[in-house]
Amino acid sequence: MLRADGITKTFGGLTALEDVSFSVRDEEITGIIGPNGAGKTTLFNIITGLYTQSEGKIFLGDKDVSGFPPEKLARLGLVRTFQNIELFGQMTVLENIMVGLHTRSRSGIVSCAFKLPGHLKEERKIRANAAEWMDFCGISDLSGVAAGNLPFGKGRLLEIARAMALAPRVILMDEPAAGLNSRETEHLADLIRKIRESGVTVVLVEHDMELIMDICDSIVVLNLGRKLAEGTPREIQENPEVIAAYLGSD
Amino acid sequence: MNFASQILQYLLSGLSTGAIYSLIGLGFAIIFNSTGIINFAQGEFVMLGGMLTYFFLSVVKVPFAAAMLLAVITSTATGVIFERLAIRPLKQPTHLNLVIITIGGSIFIRGLAMIVWGKDTHTIPTFYGSAPITLEGATILPQHLWIFGITFLVIIINKLFFFYSISGKAMRACAYNRNAASLVGIDVKRMVLFSFAISSSMGAIAGMIAAPLTMTSYDVGIMLGLKGFCAAIIGGMSGGIGTVLGGMILGVLESMGAGLISSGYKDAIAFIILLLILFVRPQGLFRKAETERV
Amino acid sequence: MPSMKKELLTFFLFAMAVVIAPLFFSGGYLMNVLVFVGINTMLAVALNLLLGFAGQISLGHAAFFGLGAYISGVLTATCGYSPWLTLIIASTATSVLAFVLGFPILKLKGHYLAMATLGFGIIVYIAFNETVDITAGPSGLTGIPNYSIGSFQFDSDTKNYYLIWAFTLVTILLSVNLANSRIGRALRAIHDSETAARVMGVNAGFLKVQIFTLSALISSVAGCLYAHTMTFISPASFGFNFSIELVTMVVVGGLGSIYGSFFGAALLTLLPEFLRTFQDFDILVYGLILILMIMFMPGGIVRGIPEIAGALLPAFKRTRGENA
Repeated sequence: MLRADGITKTFGGLTALEDVSFSVRDEEITGIIGPNGAGKTTLFNIITGLYTQSEGKIFLGDKDVSGFPPEKLARLGLVRTFQNIELFGQMTVLENIMVGLHTRSRSGIVSCAFKLPGHLKEERKIRANAAEWMDFCGISDLSGVAAGNLPFGKGRLLEIARAMALAPRVILMDEPAAGLNSRETEHLADLIRKIRESGVTVVLVEHDMELIMDICDSIVVLNLGRKLAEGTPREIQENPEVIAAYLGSD
Repeated sequence: MNFASQILQYLLSGLSTGAIYSLIGLGFAIIFNSTGIINFAQGEFVMLGGMLTYFFLSVVKVPFAAAMLLAVITSTATGVIFERLAIRPLKQPTHLNLVIITIGGSIFIRGLAMIVWGKDTHTIPTFYGSAPITLEGATILPQHLWIFGITFLVIIINKLFFFYSISGKAMRACAYNRNAASLVGIDVKRMVLFSFAISSSMGAIAGMIAAPLTMTSYDVGIMLGLKGFCAAIIGGMSGGIGTVLGGMILGVLESMGAGLISSGYKDAIAFIILLLILFVRPQGLFRKAETERV
Repeated sequence: MPSMKKELLTFFLFAMAVVIAPLFFSGGYLMNVLVFVGINTMLAVALNLLLGFAGQISLGHAAFFGLGAYISGVLTATCGYSPWLTLIIASTATSVLAFVLGFPILKLKGHYLAMATLGFGIIVYIAFNETVDITAGPSGLTGIPNYSIGSFQFDSDTKNYYLIWAFTLVTILLSVNLANSRIGRALRAIHDSETAARVMGVNAGFLKVQIFTLSALISSVAGCLYAHTMTFISPASFGFNFSIELVTMVVVGGLGSIYGSFFGAALLTLLPEFLRTFQDFDILVYGLILILMIMFMPGGIVRGIPEIAGALLPAFKRTRGENA
């Protein structure tokens, strides 16, 4: 589904990533882990189009999507969530998800301004669809609340609902468990599995080892900008280099 | 006057105007670097420098040096009051809100000036010496030399303050990283206040040394402020030598343009340059591009 | 859909009020002022789309207003074209300029965008003043004809009122439609987080340019209407001060609220009339309004007044949950 090939990224004199390659299989949950400063977020930002790599390519399916901006990647079915949730704070929960459906509709300025019939039908569909995704993530009761007023855990769920509304082929989550308590993390794990069951590929960057080992089908380990290991949770857990890199638990 | 003398004339007067723009630009940079705010009211402190000097000198009839000192003190006080009353209590400091409130402040100060002093233009006498000096066919007045000298002095003091004094270093720390600065015990709010105080006094000085040549009235602040901002953008908001060079470049280009092309479009030159820089090289001429961290 | 019906009803009531108003004010000075309220409302709504919805600061919008006025004014007064034709020419030309300019300008953000639009506005203003051969410079352009349809001339305040408000009402209706649509949501998304909007597939760069162009289009049409109502225009009306006034109208009314822009425009058009006796104080009051609004009612009148009412009257607190 997703393949990184020889990704290198330098910022001025600093090499954040060096020759990182890995692949993500369809309808699997893949985790990217590594100590702080390993380059996980940089890699993430490159894959999702916010940074451009200095060298290397990214493939989505068979297509070379290196250097594509986020809006283009969205139309190809790639979406992400953010570590510091980037919700549309002034808009309601429902409206946030409706923006997620932006690529599933096409009315332009003229059609919307003049309320042409095609636009009206589309609006109704968008609204219904958004309601479904709220349900999927279990936040239907918060429909009219301003996103900026949500408690953190619910905000995370909204981010996921919004991303899923795009009907992506692959969803990338940046530290989705950060800031969640253990009950919320369990709920998150269930939700991520549900997403996989629905046929979507999941990639997540995480620090929460329990969560990673619990739900991931495959794990990629980064350290100091290089790929250290790639394999099943079991293989990673038993890999001496990985253990050394972490120097202990978590 | 032959062509070479003409060019020299434009160059010299351009450098002189440029020095003024540099001072104003530094004022912008200082506040921006400590707070991230572009203080649209900066130009009004320049206006206050000139107008207050006129006021203390001609109305209150205080000796020249005292008038200047009082003018700087009053302008600085205005800057501090403005920061305290309008900026600090802001609940939602979004870009737009800050832009609007500083614009509101500038309008308010201008309105106040108009009520107190009316719409007339006023002059203040040149500083010591009034005989023109000729140089290769070009003329400069002693006032120009005063402008260069005082600007130079202010810039040096500025540099010394920011690099060698504790407060100066603290302010630079706030510019680099507010949170880290406050974590090491720097009173960020106080630094913000200082930066407004310093900027408004620099603006006032700029206004004061320019006024003998350009005259002063309640609305000179707008254009001067904007051009000072252009200088800061050209030089890259660094607050250092870049901003000074930015001001000089702007002054000279403006002077050349007005002399060689058309004087009516003189003001437009600054803004055309501004747009070009913003479009092509927004970090200014002297800085490397910044990468944004997500 | 209940909200759609509410929208239409609100618009209908508003339109009715606009149509009936002249019956109460006909003849006399106030009619003239209401004409300006119409023009300013159009301008404020146009700016609101850019500023309130998309969150892009523009301190130079008077330039588009002026370009519409001058292009239409010059082509009719000097070249004798029909005002209806020049309306199309002026608005098209201004829109093309905005479109082309939009791409580099809207790559800028925050203060830099504010300054760039400011600079643009001033350059245009200076151009109006300096191209004396075309625009007649600071002394102004005279002899601009009124609009006319056949032998019917729009030569009185009341007639111009209806003409201008017809355009304004259309602007309001289209803007309200836009605001509550997919595009409106995309704009507000860009405002709240351009990065996240792009991740969701919103082509933020292009959409910003489109809305900038639309905003310029509406403003230039307002400029044409202004020119042919006043029959005289001068650069002074299209400078930095007016650009700031427009921003104030939008902010006072409420960013992102279309009807709020009407209130802002109405308030700021009528206020100078009341302040006429305190002529010297008008600048001062202006600055004060800006400062106080941002400090105490950053959401504008439309949100601020209900908030204050809710805070002051305890009885209302119980029902507050129902207010959106």
